[in-house]
Formats: sequence, C-alpha cells, structure tokens
Amino acid sequence: MSAAAFTGASVMDIDAAKIRGVGSNVHFDKVSVAYGAHVVLHPLTLDIAPGEILAMIGPSGSGKTTALRAVAGFVRPASGRIRIGATDVTDLPPYERGLGMVVQNYALFPHMRVEDNVAFGLRAQGADKALIGERVKDALATVGMATFARRYPRELSGGQQQRVAIARALAVRPRVLLLDEPLSALDAQIRRNMVEEIARLHRSLPGLTILYVTHDQTEALTLADKIAIMRDGRVCSHGPTTELYRRPPNRFTAEFLGRANLLPVTIAEGVGSKGFATARHGDVILTSAGRDEKAGDKSLLCIRPQHLSLTADSEHTNRIVGTLREVHWQGELTHLVLDVDGTPVRVSATKLPMALPEPGVKVPLYFAPADTSLLPEDAGV
Amino acid sequence: MSDAIAIRAPMAKVSLGKFWIVPPAALLALLFFYPLALIARQAFLDDSGVANAAEIIRVLHSRFFLNALINTVTISVSATAGCLIVGLVLALILAFVPFPGSGFIARLIDTFMALPTFLVTLAFTFLYGSAGMLNAGLMETFSLPLPPVDFLYSTWGVVLAEVTVYTPFILRPLLAAFSLVDRGQIEAASVLGARPFRIVRQVILPAAIPALIAGGSLCLLLTVNEFGIVLFIGAKGVITLPLLIYGKAIQESAYQIACIIAVINIALSLGLFGLYRFAAGRLGA
Repeated sequence: MSAAAFTGASVMDIDAAKIRGVGSNVHFDKVSVAYGAHVVLHPLTLDIAPGEILAMIGPSGSGKTTALRAVAGFVRPASGRIRIGATDVTDLPPYERGLGMVVQNYALFPHMRVEDNVAFGLRAQGADKALIGERVKDALATVGMATFARRYPRELSGGQQQRVAIARALAVRPRVLLLDEPLSALDAQIRRNMVEEIARLHRSLPGLTILYVTHDQTEALTLADKIAIMRDGRVCSHGPTTELYRRPPNRFTAEFLGRANLLPVTIAEGVGSKGFATARHGDVILTSAGRDEKAGDKSLLCIRPQHLSLTADSEHTNRIVGTLREVHWQGELTHLVLDVDGTPVRVSATKLPMALPEPGVKVPLYFAPADTSLLPEDAGV
Repeated sequence: MSDAIAIRAPMAKVSLGKFWIVPPAALLALLFFYPLALIARQAFLDDSGVANAAEIIRVLHSRFFLNALINTVTISVSATAGCLIVGLVLALILAFVPFPGSGFIARLIDTFMALPTFLVTLAFTFLYGSAGMLNAGLMETFSLPLPPVDFLYSTWGVVLAEVTVYTPFILRPLLAAFSLVDRGQIEAASVLGARPFRIVRQVILPAAIPALIAGGSLCLLLTVNEFGIVLFIGAKGVITLPLLIYGKAIQESAYQIACIIAVINIALSLGLFGLYRFAAGRLGA
C-alpha cells in the first residue's frame, strides 16, 4: 500500500522531493511562426521565470500551441530566438533541448509497460541501469502509480495514463515541462482532480518551470502563476493570474478569463488618490477602481457575476437596477440574467432571498467599488 | 355451444437460408478442389490406382528437384528480405519525411501492383541486358569488347526483378500502419531525448510489426510461386519449382513428376500461409 493511503496526503506528494530539478527560464525573443504566407504567431516576446507556471490560454487557432511547439522544437520560427536558461535553442533539435512534454492524448508507447514508458527518456539519454531504476521508481511514486509499473497503457484508465505521461516527462528531470492541453481528454470529475494533483505536484517541485497550454480558464486560474492570453496569433494580455482576473486590461481578457459584466460608462471624475474613479451609467453614478481614467473618457465598467449582490451592505455601495429575465438554478449556484438599460447582466449567487423575484420584476443589484475595474471602451473589442 | 377454439399447430418453417451456400460451394469444388484432387491423385497413385511411393521418393531425392527447391527458397527468401528492406526505407521516407510529390510517388509505386510481372523483366532487359542501355553505355564509354554487367541472367537478376515487382506489397500495408502511428508518440520520444534511429526502432517499428509480417508473408508466398519473371529472364540454371513443374508437364510430358512437385509446391505455400496466420494471430496482425 502506498504511503499516501496512510497519510491521506496526495499521492503526488510522495517522493516528489527526489525529482526536484533545476528549472530554467524560457525567453521568447520576437518569435514569429508562419506557414507560407500565413502568419500563425506574430512576433512574441515573453519571459517565463524559473519555477513559474505560465498558462497560455486562448481560443482555437490563437497560436498558443504553436508557441509551445516552437519551444519544443517541432516548429521552426520564421524569425526571433528562443532561449532556455542561457542556451539559445532555436536551432537545436527537440532531443537536445532537455525538455519534458505531456500532450492531450497521453502519447504513451502502447507496446511498452508503464515502467518502460517512464524509463524511455533516460535510456535514450544513456543513463546507467541503476539510475534508471531509481528514477523510474521515484517518478511513478510521485504520481501515485508505483503499483502499476508492470501494466501496459491499455490496462489503465485515462487519468492513470495521464499520470504515467507526467511521470515519463518528470523522470528525465526536464529544465522545462511543456503541458499541451494535458487534461482535455479526461472527463470533468477526473479533470478537476488532476488539476489539483498538478498544483500539488508543482508545490512539491517548486523549481520546475511549466508552460501550460489550455483553452480551459479554470485550469489556468487554478494552476498558473501568470497567464498569457492569446488571440489571433498575438498575446493580448499577460500578467499575474489574480491581477489579470481582477483588473483585466481589455474586453477580450475580461470575457475570456471568467465571466464579466461590462457596463458602458462615462468617467465623471478621474482616478483619485485612493485609486477610485466616479463613472456615470445613464443617470446612475457608480464608483469603480480605476487606472488613469480622466473625466469624460468612455469606459466599460467590469464586474464579475459573483460580485453582484441582491442585498446592500456597507461594502456593496454601488447600486444599479435591472429587469430580471431568467433564473437558472444549478445546485450550488443560482444564475440570474437581468437587463440593465439594454445590457445583459449576469449574477451568480450562492445565497438568495427565500422568495425569488419573478421574471419581469425590477431588481436592485449592489456591488463593491473594490470589485470593479474600468477598461477602455475600444481596447481589445 | 362449445367455446372451444381450434388452435392450429404452427407449421415448421423451412429455412432456405442455409442452402444458398450450396451453389457456390459446388462451383468451387468443381473448378478448384476437383482439379486439385486430380493432381494429388496423379502424384500419389499410378495408372492402376496403386500408391506409388517409390516414384515420390525418387523425385524427392533427384538432383533436379533439390536444385529447384534450393533455388526457390534462395530466391524467395532473398527477394522477400530485399522487399522488406526497400519497402521499409521507402515507407519511412514517404510517411515521415514529407517532400513535395511524396503522395504522387506513393501512388506511382502502387501502380506497380497493377502491372504484369513480365513488364518489369522486359524493362530490366532493356536496362541491364547484354544489349541494354547500361552495358551499351559502359562498352562505348570504356571501349569494352564485352558487356561488363551480366547479373540479370543469374539468380540475383531474378531476385532484383522480384524485389522491384513485389516491394509495393510491403509498402502499402506499411504506409497504412505508419499512418496510424500517433505523431504525439514520436514527438514525445523526441522531446525525451530519443534520436531518429531510436524512434524508428523503438516507437515506429513495433507499431508496424503486424504490417511487416502481413506484407512479408504475402511477398514470400508470391515469390515462392513466381513463374513469369523466372521464365522471362531465362537465367541459365535458375530453375524454380513452378518452372520445373512447367518443364516436366509441358516440355517433357512427365505428368506424374510434375504433379508430385506441384503437390510439394502447394504444401510449401500452405505451410507458409499457416505460419503467417500463426504469427499474425500472435502479434495481432
């Protein structure tokens, strides 16, 4: 029985310390990729610090996988350089870059047992037999698959196969771990568990630099230290995860990273010493956290659905009124859709009044200035 | 009044379905198994219907039979090995080293399967024959009195022709197998530090083993029974089992000897086929 079974700790915590590698930074220096005349990645300059998890998210065709494949060496940049640590890897083949990679469909070798899959990279790199045995054991213990070493991939579930794929990537002690939509093939429940497992794994391996490509904002928000949001082959925003979520710099980021209500406003009074501005939405005056807005600027006031309340208190000082259109009960959450002067506004509430208003009724909504942000009206629209 | 209801016993339905097999089975028996049975009868029994073991033993120990058997095995094994090597290399290039026109070349190689086997032999005669382009060119360039290249009229000429003709039979299943290899596996192997040769050996080839066995077995079967190429090249002393059967039956009218050799040839083919099925079953081909 594994140690995890006794301690109740995550299986990924076990022996992870033995796999600590020295992470390297990744530097994209004006990297562009084109297929013929079609540019799929416009000049990209980006840094991933050692030990950092950077999530690249964006819709299909936004260039996020292309950027990852350029780091892996499967796509040759049309221009620019890629550095991993102090090494310029732009012209190196994939097998000389010192990376680990996990892809969506696991890509385990079906004719090899789990232990041989994990040992593959070490054998390819000419490691001696004793070291291979030790590393395979450690890597499998780290992902809680030590008892499955003699199995073939076809004898494992999707989640187990993905753990083996992670163990295989970790066994070579990569400088950077590339995760290309690694959880997309798993069902929702296993995906949630695996996100938590990967988060714990990274806490156990703080030196490991991870580039995580996904289209799932929940995975990105849960795992990433920083997020780069891609759109049409360009990074449209990049920054620390919480900052990007709380203060999205443009409309695309606000709407892609979680749900956002965007109310058109005109700045009445610019940002003061406390960092708040006053804005007018129709006849209503609202207070919002701001950046450098000036009186008269047209802006969008961004407020997340979970920050809207049906009841007022000392913090929720902003008030707008909307007409209730729809109510969707989802167990833990109830979603309301309201019409506020022609703008649809969503509310996600965990606690609602006993008597829910009927659709068509005017409902006041309250929110705190600290939970809002202002975006330029035309940025990223 | 009686309420009795007359219940009619259901009539037994006569299913005609199982009888549909009779006409094709009868046709098969008439056109295929009956002639085979006649050949077997001719091989094992003399004219009075008595078992003729002495003649069979005499043929099995004869020099002409042993030479033909050795030639057949040498040529078929060499040609199959050649087909496997050339087919594998070509399939790897066409599948994993894409270049402009690779699809066209794959289809062009496919068309070889549709061509009669003697056509390649004829082309070889024009290219490598005594008066072929190669010899003519060499003789003119180096003022040679005799054609320097004369491998065509030997065992190796036959092998080369068979490799050319039968390589597509390896190439086709290999390309199909390679198209199913997950590119993610190749990329994962490469990122983990594996160089191309290791990837071919440890990732791609294991996935292609069933296709290699299927194609190789088919090649072996076809080359064991190849008649046209050997006859057309007419290499001196290169007599294979099919050619020996032809010579005994048609040229010498020695039907019994021809039938004995034919039965051995059939047994050899069926043995190879059985081996293929066994190996394919074990390896999941």
